[in-house]
Amino acid sequence: MEFLLAIMTGVLYAAGLYMMLRRSLVKLIIGLIIIGNGANLLIFLLGRITKGAPPIIPGDTKFFADIYADPVPQALILTAIVISFGLQSFAIILVKRAYQVVKTDDLDEMNTIEEEV
Amino acid sequence: MTQQFLLYPLLWQLFLSIVLMFAWRHIQIQKIISIVGSAIGVGLSVALFYEVWQNGTLVVQAASWKAPFGISFVGDMLAATLVLLTSIAGLAVSSYSAASLIPARLRFGYFSIFHFLILGLTGAFLTGDIFNLYVWFEIIIISSFVLITLGGEKAQIEGAVKYFTLNFLASIIFLTAIAVLYGLAGSLNMADLAILIPQIENRGLVEVAAILFLVAFGIKSAVFPLYFWLPASYHTPPSAIAAIFGGLLTKVGVYALIRFFSLMFVEDVLLDQILMVIAILTLISGGLGAMVQTNVRKVFSYLIICHIGFMIAGLGMFTELAIAGAVFYLIHDIVVKTNLFMISGLIYRIKGSNKFKELGGIYKEYPKLSLMMIIPMFSLIGIPPLSGFWPKVSFIIASFDTKSYFILAAVIFASFITLVVVAKLWAEVFWKEPDKFPKKKHFLYFKKMTLTKRLQMILPILMLTGVSLYLGFGAENIQQLSMRITGELMNTEHYIKAVLPNN
Repeated sequence: MEFLLAIMTGVLYAAGLYMMLRRSLVKLIIGLIIIGNGANLLIFLLGRITKGAPPIIPGDTKFFADIYADPVPQALILTAIVISFGLQSFAIILVKRAYQVVKTDDLDEMNTIEEEV
Repeated sequence: MTQQFLLYPLLWQLFLSIVLMFAWRHIQIQKIISIVGSAIGVGLSVALFYEVWQNGTLVVQAASWKAPFGISFVGDMLAATLVLLTSIAGLAVSSYSAASLIPARLRFGYFSIFHFLILGLTGAFLTGDIFNLYVWFEIIIISSFVLITLGGEKAQIEGAVKYFTLNFLASIIFLTAIAVLYGLAGSLNMADLAILIPQIENRGLVEVAAILFLVAFGIKSAVFPLYFWLPASYHTPPSAIAAIFGGLLTKVGVYALIRFFSLMFVEDVLLDQILMVIAILTLISGGLGAMVQTNVRKVFSYLIICHIGFMIAGLGMFTELAIAGAVFYLIHDIVVKTNLFMISGLIYRIKGSNKFKELGGIYKEYPKLSLMMIIPMFSLIGIPPLSGFWPKVSFIIASFDTKSYFILAAVIFASFITLVVVAKLWAEVFWKEPDKFPKKKHFLYFKKMTLTKRLQMILPILMLTGVSLYLGFGAENIQQLSMRITGELMNTEHYIKAVLPNN
């Protein structure tokens, strides 16, 4: 399971970076979304995967006797997902605006500010 | 009880930005709330600074969760100083933007977002938890995205796309680094990590985490190979926004670098060498970039990059004097860079342009204003006794101590280039006989502004110039402060004891 997830994380990072290097703005956004999911999966994976052991202390003891699933990575991922969702929606609107204003989705043609100099 | 002083500057900014939302359409009310509120914010930060100066590091555990398990807020001397500077820069820019921005830009919640940005900066300085730092960084970048696109001009949107992409990528790398570090150490608390990291056996992965943090903060602070987003975007928004970006956003990256590499990844020779190489290349490339530009704000953008190099150099040498120099330079740079971008806005208001070929003759028209504007530029170069000079003395002595002569050469080279650039700027913008250019029709020139608005633009510049002068002439106090901060940074036990008293 861990092995598969590790491969999956690597594929997501690679695919995300590849898409980000394309010139099209839409592909850039897709790349950002994919690489963000890769990061979330990495947090999950590095928090160690424990099956069927929820972090709940049984009523008759006062501390964990056995190994348990670490809840912290899940809280981190939840926060990261919410934040990246906000950023992604901003990015989509930004790209739409950029397309309306500049009339292109090619990053190479967005250089009017450089030409001014 | 005094612990709560730590949270007041933070909560006050949050309160301000929420209150400002209720006055959404009433720009006049927003202006008053923002300026008065920022002034109170400065008061609260002074109280925090005084408290930390008197009684040492303050720590607040969020919701009273004991240290490694909950989120800690730590106000040590470095954090308190930076919070104070942030609030001062915030007050200046708040007043400045009330006068210099047109109402059309202010109508869409500008002041509210602005205070969210200050909130994010304050939080990033005060937090003692790496994931919480990530969240503050996100608050900072989300607010900055809104500010940089507000108005939606073509150049702005183009700049914003680049700014957005690189900063988003930096966040992802930061998150990756946190994941790796959590996998290794199983903790997120900075003080706890400072204890745990030296005990980790897998040094290779610790190096990987350190390099990932370096790249993430490197993008944010615009160091050598990672700075291209900065000159592509910083001159596109109005100068009030560029002032707060130029003064504080890159410096929060530098702060994070100082904090991480002096507290957590300490005994790492490879990392110090990488930092030194980066510093030298940043100094040279930023300086040369500034040489060829012909737009006032692009020149200042490249100078930001160039001067980040000084602080990285101080961190790379990692002696007591070098770190003190880096801290002093950080203090000086926040004030001066904010001021410079406000000055570029003033030049724009006077002449209607920021390009060298359309400028000239400002000294003839406004001799007193020009003299006011030269002071921050001189302190940027580091002409004694102004503020840029003193940290450079520390850098030069430290580079002799550590025998890092390349740093010495780069520091001198970058100072010299800054001198040349400022001299060129002065000649082109202030002294040159201006060519005749047709006046823009729908543009509010400085001459036609009302006296209150003029004062609102000039007073913040005057205030920050005053602070700059104090940093220069009161250098003994600032050096003392920097040495105290350095003492706290180098002696990590102090920080760890404050956060984890039972350890």
